[in-house]
Amino acid sequence: MEQRVGSVLRRHGLIIAFLVFLVGVAVNASAFLTPGNIMDVLRQVSITGLMAVGVTFVVLTGRLDLSVGSLLTLLTVIVVDQHNVVGPFPAIMMTLLAGACIGAFNGVLVGFVGLNALIVTLAMLSFLQGLVLFYSGGSNVNVENAQATWFAVFGRGTFLGLPVPVVIFLLGALIAGLVLQFTSFGRKVYGVGGNETASIFSGIDARWTVFWTYVISGLATGVAAIVMGSRVMGAQNTIGQGYELTVLAGIILGGTSLLGGSGSIWRTVIGISMLGFIQNGLLLLGFPYYVQWLVTWVIIIIAVWIDLGAKRGRIFA
Amino acid sequence: MSQAILKVEGITKTFPGVKALDNVSFDIRPGEVHALVGENGAGKSTLMKTLAGLHRCDGGEIFYQGAPLSLSGPLDARRKGILLIHQELSLSPELSVAENIYLGAWQTNRFGMLKKRELRRNATTALEALGCGFGPDVRLGTLSVAMQQMVEIARAEAFSANVVIFDEPTASLTDSEKDQLFQTIRGLKARGVGIVYISHKMDEIFDITDRITVLRDGQVQGTVDTADTDLNQITRMMIGRTLDAYFVKAKAEFGDEVLRVEGLSKRGLFSDASFSVRQGEVLGLYGLVGAGRSELVETVFGVRRADAGRLFWKGREIDWPTPRQSIDMGMALVPESRKEQGLVLMMGGRENTSLPHLRRFSDLTVMNRAREMAVYEKYRSALSIKTTGPDQAVSQLSGGNQQKFVLAKWLCAEPGLIILDEPTRGIDVGSKSAIHELIADLAEQGLAVIVISSEMPEVLGVSHRVLAMSEGSIVAEFKGDAMTEEHLIDSVSHAREPVAAE
Amino acid sequence: MSLTSTDIRSGSHLRIGLSWLLRNHIWVFLALTVAVFSLASPYFLTANNIGNILTQGAFIGILAIGMTMVMIDGEIDLSVGATLALASALAIGLQTHIGIWPAVFVGLLSGAALGFLNGTLVALSGMHSFIVTLGGLIGIRGLVFVYTGENALMVPDFSYTEIPEIYLGPISMTAIIFFGLAFFFQWILSSTRHGRETYAVGDNIEAAHDAGINVKRHKIINFTLCGTLAAVCGILLSMRLGTAEPNAGRIWELWTIIAVVLGGTRLQGGFGSMWMTIGGVLTLAVLRNGLRLLNTPNYVELMVMGAVLILALVLDKLLKRQEAT
Repeated sequence: MEQRVGSVLRRHGLIIAFLVFLVGVAVNASAFLTPGNIMDVLRQVSITGLMAVGVTFVVLTGRLDLSVGSLLTLLTVIVVDQHNVVGPFPAIMMTLLAGACIGAFNGVLVGFVGLNALIVTLAMLSFLQGLVLFYSGGSNVNVENAQATWFAVFGRGTFLGLPVPVVIFLLGALIAGLVLQFTSFGRKVYGVGGNETASIFSGIDARWTVFWTYVISGLATGVAAIVMGSRVMGAQNTIGQGYELTVLAGIILGGTSLLGGSGSIWRTVIGISMLGFIQNGLLLLGFPYYVQWLVTWVIIIIAVWIDLGAKRGRIFA
Repeated sequence: MSQAILKVEGITKTFPGVKALDNVSFDIRPGEVHALVGENGAGKSTLMKTLAGLHRCDGGEIFYQGAPLSLSGPLDARRKGILLIHQELSLSPELSVAENIYLGAWQTNRFGMLKKRELRRNATTALEALGCGFGPDVRLGTLSVAMQQMVEIARAEAFSANVVIFDEPTASLTDSEKDQLFQTIRGLKARGVGIVYISHKMDEIFDITDRITVLRDGQVQGTVDTADTDLNQITRMMIGRTLDAYFVKAKAEFGDEVLRVEGLSKRGLFSDASFSVRQGEVLGLYGLVGAGRSELVETVFGVRRADAGRLFWKGREIDWPTPRQSIDMGMALVPESRKEQGLVLMMGGRENTSLPHLRRFSDLTVMNRAREMAVYEKYRSALSIKTTGPDQAVSQLSGGNQQKFVLAKWLCAEPGLIILDEPTRGIDVGSKSAIHELIADLAEQGLAVIVISSEMPEVLGVSHRVLAMSEGSIVAEFKGDAMTEEHLIDSVSHAREPVAAE
Repeated sequence: MSLTSTDIRSGSHLRIGLSWLLRNHIWVFLALTVAVFSLASPYFLTANNIGNILTQGAFIGILAIGMTMVMIDGEIDLSVGATLALASALAIGLQTHIGIWPAVFVGLLSGAALGFLNGTLVALSGMHSFIVTLGGLIGIRGLVFVYTGENALMVPDFSYTEIPEIYLGPISMTAIIFFGLAFFFQWILSSTRHGRETYAVGDNIEAAHDAGINVKRHKIINFTLCGTLAAVCGILLSMRLGTAEPNAGRIWELWTIIAVVLGGTRLQGGFGSMWMTIGGVLTLAVLRNGLRLLNTPNYVELMVMGAVLILALVLDKLLKRQEAT
């Protein structure tokens, strides 16, 4: 019981620090905590947020997906380019399908062949970058009839006063959260991440569970790519570069364990939003954008150190 | 009588909840082989780890060569001349034989360079003293297990050890390798080294040791000269308690056959195992650790794949199932290690209970929480499990309560056959007898039950029939009056040519 | 079976050679790649081009040396690319204030310090190095931007860029430094106490601890070495380019990991050598150079690299399985 209170306090420690940061920024920059600015922040985090929601599934099984950044680039290029060729709806379907297929490929290599997830998705990162250049021929692509298409709604529209990207992000997070909390698949994900051997002894086919988490990660990146393509109405060859790191940083910051089995979607939403607010707050305070990287570094170290405090004795006896 | 080289006086070691060593005294003389025997959990491994510097004792004293001994760690023990040769070897496969002999105690020059020539020369001397057929430069990973063990023993020469502790050294050796090992041990003995020999195999103990100390429940039951004793006396000292006192045996009313296994084999683990179990019957499977019991039932359950054999479920031959199919058929396996194989420790009791039956507790994949809670609550109260709530992480529960959740998880599917692998290991006495009663209940309800245990009183107390397993084979079957501890020990302690060779 | 294993003792040179090749299968792969490209392009096997390959490979190679040390320990360092950028920025940026060699020294020191920080965090907190150095990757890059203010720094005196312009035949100073360091660290791995401990720690950390090895200090040393080597790479890069880009070395950590894993060193630790890493680095350099020589578009290079990496992983798994039986 005492342990539990302690761990709640530790977790709150990070949130308290974050609240202090929010208040500190708000006092110095009056624009910070206005509804308009908050919406801006959420709009900015919606793309990395959608990806992070998908990658959370993978991380919960104790694995990694570093390929999502390159995948975002590829899928954004595909959706924008195909929009010009086959029209918005088929383009969207193709994008989602491509995302799921590449996720499935990762899933086969990690889940069924049993290769190291870090290296497989690293190789995929490189491979997909190549595929992007192959597909686009090295040039940027743009939506041709940007004014006329309903495709713009995903990145630029509003719904009940909320920006559509934010709605998609929150809706995606909600669905993912419900799946993890209330379905048998969610149970399997936590089971495999928490104790793979015990799950296999319980008749769960861990290979398929891992496989599906990668498919979900690919699909979520597909949705993010649609939002990205619609917001930019075009795609460059480097549009998703480094996103895999932002996504992982957000997930870790939220407190989802890279060891698997512990964490949740709402933690990821919090983590990735915290990153967004930190970035926005620092910008409003007049710091250059890259200072947020330094701050993220320090925060990740502190966050994980706090989280590990209880287990330290066990890992490093 | 020569002076003892190592003398242990009244040492005590307490782990949370368990008194592993209770006022233990014994001594080792130079040039003797001293056996340490006892059932699992009797305190043998704690005692030897204390001697080797891996544990610190809470009370009592150890005298080494006449002076009080205090150790800062295993390396310190090795440097002082006390060497432990583990069941699991503590060697590094990428390093050479010579480097492994001196692991952590390497001589270096001013630049941090290993003094390779010196290292090799010393290692060669040590290896030659043992008559090893390999040189010091061979990469350890290329050697067989027996040769790797010789490398550990070579440390005895290299550090001119005065005391060498062997922990189940023959567990993975073939007969000829074992003979070689015994020769080596006799060689050490001739040079005045004191040897502690820990083994479950009685014939080995009578073959090579000079004295035997028996441990039970952390206490020394006595030390006897090997020449003046026999198997019966040692067995009595090891068991020591009155039998059947707290075991409830189910009524022997058997129904149809539930499971029959014929000629099940898996290379390197077990061979040609055949048995069957009927409704209402409790079948005991006795064997020492490493005999292949767990591997056998894991193969039946489908976690491992068999090389050969046939499986009959309720009279019909079936293909080898996956765990999923086994569960759906009505088989349940309570695995040996509840923390590694049984439970997802971060989850609560509710989620652990439903984990093998997610389909049953969900409608179109959406979990039905009410149904889940109802079943959880039913088994929690039936097994009187103490928790603060359905979502309290099971990692925070006591061993007994954890084990009950593993049982709940399998019982709630109302299986036709339940296999219990070491169901009472490491749990308190109260929970132990509750589980024994449960086993009798289940059998009387018509389940077929297989109980694996290395505790003889337990396996004899709860079962109608006992199979003895040794080194991958079922070596004997006992029923009725033939079910005695003497028979069991006798059947498994004659080491045979193991199937695990190669 | 007897303990006298004659087949090991009297192993012929051929057998030893074969078992070496099985462990260093990357060299077979390298030979194949070289053969293919020399058939495909007449320019490939010219002294000039080989010199180019070695120079191009040397930068990733120097990073890979440190990465190998860390990976045999069972850890990983994702921050080498950013560390390289910081060292290169400091070495150029400080020249006007304190002179060339002091600036270079400060650059090296920064790498050592960051490596020390990584190692300390990993050893003391017990966090996985993946997280610690992922943070480092992001944060150190932030430091670089803070220091350079987003601008590429230009070297004030171009004599600085002539420092590495020494050639031994077609082989550049940079390549010589790479090979020198690789041999030196292979010597460390095979002949020094620290090097031998690296294998023991990576294979079984508890056994190493029981054998009296100070595991924490050991890991801190290897991370410090890795950071220092990243700085060496950054300084050589700044000499070659004459500028320090804030984005220098971006995703080089990935290339480095690819080179090391391609060589055969295992992420799980306890297994690997500089010979393997040299093989991996050269293979990577040959692939990149050869593909460019054939005028293939650069996407082919990226795709081939990804495919080769996965193949290497599958091959390693198959070999390991064979070893186990």
